[in-house]
This record gives sequence, C-alpha cells and structure tokens, in this order.
Amino acid sequence: MTQAKTLFEKLWDSHVVRSLGENLDLLHVDRLLIHDLSGSRALTDLKERGLSVRNPELCLSTPDHSVSSLPGRTLASSPNGERLGNALREMSAAAGIPHYGIDHPNQGIVHVIGPETGFTLPGSLLVCGDSHTSTHGAVGALAWGIGSSELVHVLATQTIRQRRPATMRITIDGELGEGVEAKDVILHIIGHLGVAAGTGHAIEYAGATIRGMSIEERLTICNLSIEFGARMGMIAPDETTYAYLKDLPLAPKGGAWETALAYWRGLPTDDDAVFDREVSFDAADIAPQITWGTSPGQTVAVNATIPAPDSFAEAELQDNAETALEYMGLSPGDTIAGTKVDRVFIGSCTNSRLSDLRRAAAVAQGRQVADGVTAWVVPGSVQVKTEAEAEGLHEIFLAAGFEWREPGCSQCVATNGETVAPGERCVSTSNRNFVGRQGPKARTHLAGPAMAAAAAIAGEITDVRELAHMELEGNV
Amino acid sequence: MEKLQQIQGVAAPLPRANIDTDIITPMKYLTSADWKNLHKHTFEPLRFLSDGSENPEFILNKPGYRDSVFLIVGRNFGCGSSRETAVWGIRGLGIRCVIAESFGDIFFSNCFQNSVLPIRLPAETVAELMAEAGDDQGNMQFQVDVASRTLTTPSGRTITFELTPDRQTALLEGLDDVEQTMREDPATTAFQSKDRKERPWIYDLGTID
Repeated sequence: MTQAKTLFEKLWDSHVVRSLGENLDLLHVDRLLIHDLSGSRALTDLKERGLSVRNPELCLSTPDHSVSSLPGRTLASSPNGERLGNALREMSAAAGIPHYGIDHPNQGIVHVIGPETGFTLPGSLLVCGDSHTSTHGAVGALAWGIGSSELVHVLATQTIRQRRPATMRITIDGELGEGVEAKDVILHIIGHLGVAAGTGHAIEYAGATIRGMSIEERLTICNLSIEFGARMGMIAPDETTYAYLKDLPLAPKGGAWETALAYWRGLPTDDDAVFDREVSFDAADIAPQITWGTSPGQTVAVNATIPAPDSFAEAELQDNAETALEYMGLSPGDTIAGTKVDRVFIGSCTNSRLSDLRRAAAVAQGRQVADGVTAWVVPGSVQVKTEAEAEGLHEIFLAAGFEWREPGCSQCVATNGETVAPGERCVSTSNRNFVGRQGPKARTHLAGPAMAAAAAIAGEITDVRELAHMELEGNV
Repeated sequence: MEKLQQIQGVAAPLPRANIDTDIITPMKYLTSADWKNLHKHTFEPLRFLSDGSENPEFILNKPGYRDSVFLIVGRNFGCGSSRETAVWGIRGLGIRCVIAESFGDIFFSNCFQNSVLPIRLPAETVAELMAEAGDDQGNMQFQVDVASRTLTTPSGRTITFELTPDRQTALLEGLDDVEQTMREDPATTAFQSKDRKERPWIYDLGTID
C-alpha cells in the first residue's frame, strides 16, 4: 500500500525535478504570472544578464499594480503606468510571453485573471512575484509568491529551488451566520492564530464550511494565507472546482479535460495522511469582522469593542496594539461600529470578483453613499467588469453614489498614485492594513464587500446585519 | 552575488515585532527606477518625522548606531509582501546580518539572494543580544563567521546558528542560484518530457485572442 499523502505532498512530489539536499528540491514551475511591478524589472534583469525566457508559453503577463483605475484610462493615466506597462508589453512580446495589455478583454489583477481564464489549474505549480499568489491554491494548485531574484531564476530555468515547508490543516465546520462572508472567516482565523502562525507552513483549508464555498469565496480564503505568514494556502479540488473550470478558455478541452479530471480526482488529501499541525474552527463562532489596527490579525467582530493593549498576553503584542491604536486614532473600550469613515474601497485580489460585487451591490441597492464619503468599486478584471455591467451592477453602484472604475490593484497598494490621504479613514476589502499601505498616514480597516458597502452608506463602520434589519423595518 | 564570509560591526537593537515590508520599503518607492537610492527611504515611517526630519528616537539615527552592520529585531520581521526592495534597502543601509526570533518567509529567502544573512535565534537569546547591543551607545562590536556558523558578541559570548549547507556555501563562495540551476537544465528537459505524457494539459494551453 502506498503511503497516505496530503494534497500538499502530492502537489510537491509531482514537481520535483531533482533533490538538491535535505528538504531542498528543484521544482518544476508549470505557470508563471508576471505583472508590471516586479515583472518589468525581472525581464530587464534577465536581458542584462544575457539570458532568455526558457518557457514563455507557460507564462502570462498583464499590467495591474501601476495602472490607473480612472474610467477611460490609458497607461499614461497613472504616474508610472506608461513606463512600466510599455516595458512589460515590449519585453513580453520580445520573449514570446502571452500578454494581456491594458486594452485586452482579459486584463486584470494577476490573481483574478489566473483562475478566471483557466491559466491556474488543479495540480499545477504556479508562482508570481507577489505575495498574494497563495490565492491560486483555491483550485488545488500549489502557488506562492516569490522575490525578484527568484523571478529571474524561474524565467531563466522554469524551475525554483525551494525548501519543503511543514504542513498545517485548518478545518472549518458548521454553518456561517447571517451576513458572514469568506473574508470574515479568514480574518477571524488570522485574529485567533496570530500573524506569524503560518510561517514556514503550507496550509490546507478543509471542512464542511470550505466545501460549501464557491471558488470565488475559496480564492478569498487562500488569498489571505500570507497574512498569517503562510506562503502557500490550498483547498482540495472537488466538483465545485471542476464545474468552475470547465470550458474556461485556457483549461483543457475534450479528451484532455477527461485525462486532467482523472488526474485531479487523485489530488485530495488521503484519509490517513498526517499534518504537522491541525487546528479547527466552528463557523458558528464567526461574526462579520473589521480590523482596528495595522496588522490583519488586529481584527474584531464588528459589534465588539476596540481592545485595550493590556488585554494581550505578550509584551510585543501589547506594544504593537499601542502603536497601532495611536496610528489609527482609536481608543480602547470604544465600540468599533460608529467610527466615521472618509473612504470605502471595494476591490483588490482579495474581494473584486463578481460575487463580491454582487454582495456589495445588494447592500448599496436603493441607498445612498453618505455625505463626505468617497466610495470606489474597482472590478478585479475586465471580464468581471463586463459581467457585472451585463447584470446592471454598475448602475446600482452609480445610482448609490459609488464610483465605478477600471480594473487593477488600485487603492489596495496605491502604487498607481491612487492613495488615501494622510489621516483619512478607509474601509477596504483589500488584504493589508499596514502603516502607510494605502498612502502615508492613511488609516485602513479591512472588511468584506458587504461590510464595506454598509460603511459607505452609513458613513461609519456599521454592522451590515443591522443595516439589513433597518431596511426590513422600513427605517432606511 | 557578493561573497559573505565575515561580518563585523555595531548591532542596532530594534525590538518592535511584526515590522512589515511596507514599513521597510514604503510602496511609493517601488515604482521608482532609482534603486541605488532606495536606502534613503528604508524604514521611512519609523526613521523620519512628519516634517521629513530624522526621528531622533529611531535606533539607526542615534549616535553610534548610524553605521550598524547588524540589526537585531522583534519577531516576524519582514512579514508582508514579496518585495525584494526590502532587502535591497536594508543592504543599502550597510546591514549585512539581521537577527530575529522569526522572519517573514519570503523576506528570509530574499536575504540569501542579496548576500544578507538572516539568523533565527530563540526569543530569550534575541532579548539578551538586544540588551548587549543597547549598552555603551553602540560602540560594541559583534562578529559573525559564516564558515563556522558562529556569532560572537562584544562580551565574548559565542552562539552557533543554523544555516543550511547550500546557503552557507552560496554565501561563502558568492554563488548565484541561476547559474547553478542552469547546469541542471538537462534534468528539467527530462522532467518536462516525462511529465508532458502524464499531464499534457499543463503544456498545451488554450489561447485567448
């Protein structure tokens, strides 16, 4: 009998080109996503070293970080968009790398277009010069973010030298409560485990709650793996995965689909497989989350109070909490709900897919963005934008006073100049609330799309469940 | 890559935990092509005050610590993004060795690509090193010998640290990963040839016009 293996072990072992020593392997890279920020530079480095791209047909490039989200935008609409976007396009063309330029119907955030085109497949090993590459694990891929030197290595050799991480399974069972989204689940997990719990580990998310999620929800879960230190997060492929992938343009077709399907069905973790660490959560314990600090682990239920630094056991966490509260301009003991906001950003590789926009639109429908609040909706890709417009979601957002913008990373990372002003408070569906992340001295509160839309309407951090009830009672 | 065999100099203690890559290299400098001056902005939110002047409380601004070669930092240092500019900035400041209880995984890997040595040590040891580094206004010399994997403190204490043989050799000899792997190319070709039969869908992508 063969040894029982985890999903991770099957994925890893099937990509070993050669063992390079204890726990160190040379792995084959099946898919490389390249974006304008790290990609343009890596391709330049490669050229300067006199090296060529080994397997351009296994790569895909698109501009996302530096492009403007302004309606009617071109590459020239953002400060560095033209330089970085043109460099990426020209160098991709020279190397033979498929490129979805700013006018292409599949341009978008790398972590949105990979899954939605079928570029990302179960059983594949995918890397990208971006830490949120863990997103792609949602369809059963082994995916992680790499630095720019590693990116040059992958371009030149189609392999990566990697140390085998430990394994951790996070099991979530039970029914999610009213108004609780995938984003709340993963923020709750990070808040409980701490921001370094996943360091050195590959995570598998499992359990009935995960099984019941759509692929888009699973992408949100895996996306935030790096926010508790895990480079890789993954979910075993299942019928939901196959239904999602079937007929996608870059997914296998016909006989190749059947062959692939048979292979993919062998990937899920075997019953007797052992993980280095196991943790579990009850979905019923999870409330809609909002972060109060400058780390994704500094999160509370929206109906809770802002914690006091001395409520944390360790001195380092107390120190982090104190610094964070000062930066965020918040006082311990206050309710987080009711905190006034200046901006709302709905977008990013975490929460910019069609179902995210649908949930935000359901909250926005028939309501108005509060006076003094600037609220943006930035779809994750041209495809998401097109599909959302076909459903009329843009009309709901526009009628409510949201801006409906063009696809890209936008205000999640603000490399395109789309910053939150110093001192302004923004509820954002993105993944990082770090100091200065959305701009110098910008204050970021992470939340899911429905909570973000609710904050835009109320003009303050609001429990989306109460907003829904108010509507039922005719108070809005 | 530049060789890294011996490191000697002052160690700056920076006890804060969870210093992320956005603090090390703020995003607004990532689109710049001026990589040589990146270190001028490294740790910007901690290092400078709102008016752009130096924050006198920040360790690397203090007399005696301005030319530090070691950084001793709180746990989970370099968490966050994959930006290698975080390592470039630190290296640009003259730092060649970072000591912490733990690091962000991507930052840790990126250090080895840039001839910077990250050392993981138990929390108590890190705290003791910080105390020693904080004494005497930063005139104390720490030393690392990569070949023997030892760190020697000003008081003469010697600590052995973990370093995998491949990384040790790469640092000592200044080996470049790309050049080493290019020599393995026949193995990659053989892998692809065999794998193509088992997983043809990996190699035969559809197209989008």
